[in-house]
Amino acid sequence: MKIKSSPARKVFLGVNYFFLTLVMCISLFPLIHIFALSLSSNSAAQAGWVTIFPVNFTLDSYQYILSKPEFFKSFGVSVVRVVLGTVLSVALTILSAYTMSQPDERFHARKYYVWVFMVTMVFSGGLIPMFIVIKSVGIYNSIWALILPSAVQTFNIILMLNFFRGLPYALTESALIDGANHFQIMMKIVVPISKPSLATVGLFTMVNHWNSWFDGMIYLSDTAKYPLQTYLRNVIQSVDIASIDLTSVSAMTNVSQKTVTAAQIFVAIIPILLVYPLLQKYFISGMTLGSVKE
Amino acid sequence: MKQKKDLGSIMKREWPLHLMLLPAIILLVIFAYLPMVGIVIAFQDFVPSGGMKGFFTSQWVGLDNFKYIFGMKDFRQVLVNTLVIALMKIAAGIIVPLILALLLNEVSNKIFKKATQTIIYVPYFLSWVVLGGILVDILSPTTGIVNTLITALGHEPVFFLGSLETIRGALVASDVWKGCGYNMVIFLAALTAIDQSQYEAAKVDGAGYFKQMIYITLPGILPQIILVTVLGMGNILNAGFDQVFNLYSPIVYEKADILDTFVYRLGMLNLQYSVSTAVGLFKSVISFILIASSFTLAKKFANYRIF
Repeated sequence: MKIKSSPARKVFLGVNYFFLTLVMCISLFPLIHIFALSLSSNSAAQAGWVTIFPVNFTLDSYQYILSKPEFFKSFGVSVVRVVLGTVLSVALTILSAYTMSQPDERFHARKYYVWVFMVTMVFSGGLIPMFIVIKSVGIYNSIWALILPSAVQTFNIILMLNFFRGLPYALTESALIDGANHFQIMMKIVVPISKPSLATVGLFTMVNHWNSWFDGMIYLSDTAKYPLQTYLRNVIQSVDIASIDLTSVSAMTNVSQKTVTAAQIFVAIIPILLVYPLLQKYFISGMTLGSVKE
Repeated sequence: MKQKKDLGSIMKREWPLHLMLLPAIILLVIFAYLPMVGIVIAFQDFVPSGGMKGFFTSQWVGLDNFKYIFGMKDFRQVLVNTLVIALMKIAAGIIVPLILALLLNEVSNKIFKKATQTIIYVPYFLSWVVLGGILVDILSPTTGIVNTLITALGHEPVFFLGSLETIRGALVASDVWKGCGYNMVIFLAALTAIDQSQYEAAKVDGAGYFKQMIYITLPGILPQIILVTVLGMGNILNAGFDQVFNLYSPIVYEKADILDTFVYRLGMLNLQYSVSTAVGLFKSVISFILIASSFTLAKKFANYRIF
């Protein structure tokens, strides 16, 4: 028998639904507002008439950024860094996690290597020594400066290492006895059954690469090589209206820094929104991935 | 001699594994261990022109760089800012997600529950450049939507990101906006793990919702609350570089400049490489002690370990 809710409980539930709806609105409002701004005319945006719907709907801001080669270029740089960076990082994660997940009797030096990795999780050289190293090894001002320094993701390696250790021992033992080598075992047995976990790790690596901006700012001197987020930061920080070259588009009276910046911010969000259903799905499983304890 | 032969046969059998690890080890040596060697410049008068060679050839100055930074008025202010902002963020970053998780746990409508979670997580996956750009826009004193609302209600516009009274509040609030989904997941998972029969028993005994919350729910998720607090304490000198860097400006340095942004400006803008590294090293040493003790505490109180 269902216990009847007391009136106080009903009031609480009503307030609760109302409050949570309010929280949702507050959380989402800034994003919707930016989207609405990007689709509004300059005059409406400046006057503060835009809330969650575009006012004087126009695509001029998007047309304007599409006419800017720098925007496209940086978008391209971001795509390249996401693809290259993720492929390299995931490959290194698989190789390192597989080897270090071997039992001690198969890989006697294992525990020393584990230490080499673990130390880097706790200690780091810091901003300036890292900067000096990047400059000295000759990758300064190239896309490799955005990829190589973060290619070895020790945290991900430890997650995968724990996951590989949870796989049945017999699975690889029989293959070893049959004469398969480690590389074959890794590629033909371990990687295929670990695809969901690897997908999680890869997905979060992609998002991190897409969202990185600081490395671009300090390791690249040439603004033409900036990834999108670094480029975007420059646009946002340059409050000076003169920095946007409006003379080239004098016909478009509808654009201003406000609407153009909004459009660029929104374009930078789109890839995240596209993978968002996956991100949400793996968000919780990713947090528990590393908790596989032997 | 037997030992040696064993080593040889082990190497013969295991060399592919060493080879598979080699790429990662090379990258770690270059991009993790070489910079660690570079920490020595905190004790030197580093000359940038020579690049990495300067680590070994620069003149040693002992603790001069540290004496210099501890004598700076700015440094003490920055240290206070870092601690205050980090503490405020830790407190808000526990209380808000906790309340949201408790309220969300009372919701029986699955679709509503899912929708709320989905929306609250969104900012977590966006960069501070994007969120900073949005905040700069909506909080703008002249054209921002928030101030349009404030002036429409007959008040003076507030320059949230540009005045000393509001910058810290803005930092904490926006940090909660971005990050609260993460802790909320942890708390929600803990809430669903509580044995439901306890609630049944409490109802039979006549305990109301409030009493159930005090005696069952809160004790049930206490380990997670302690865990989040303790791990947060280990990060007390990390007041959030990405966020502060995208939201602060010289007018609010007095209240918003933190250790990491200070390190950046000293090193990358003033080119005081050695001084900047000394500040960074100071921060790392304190952080390491805090992290080590917080993990010990986390293990003791919540039986938590990452490895």
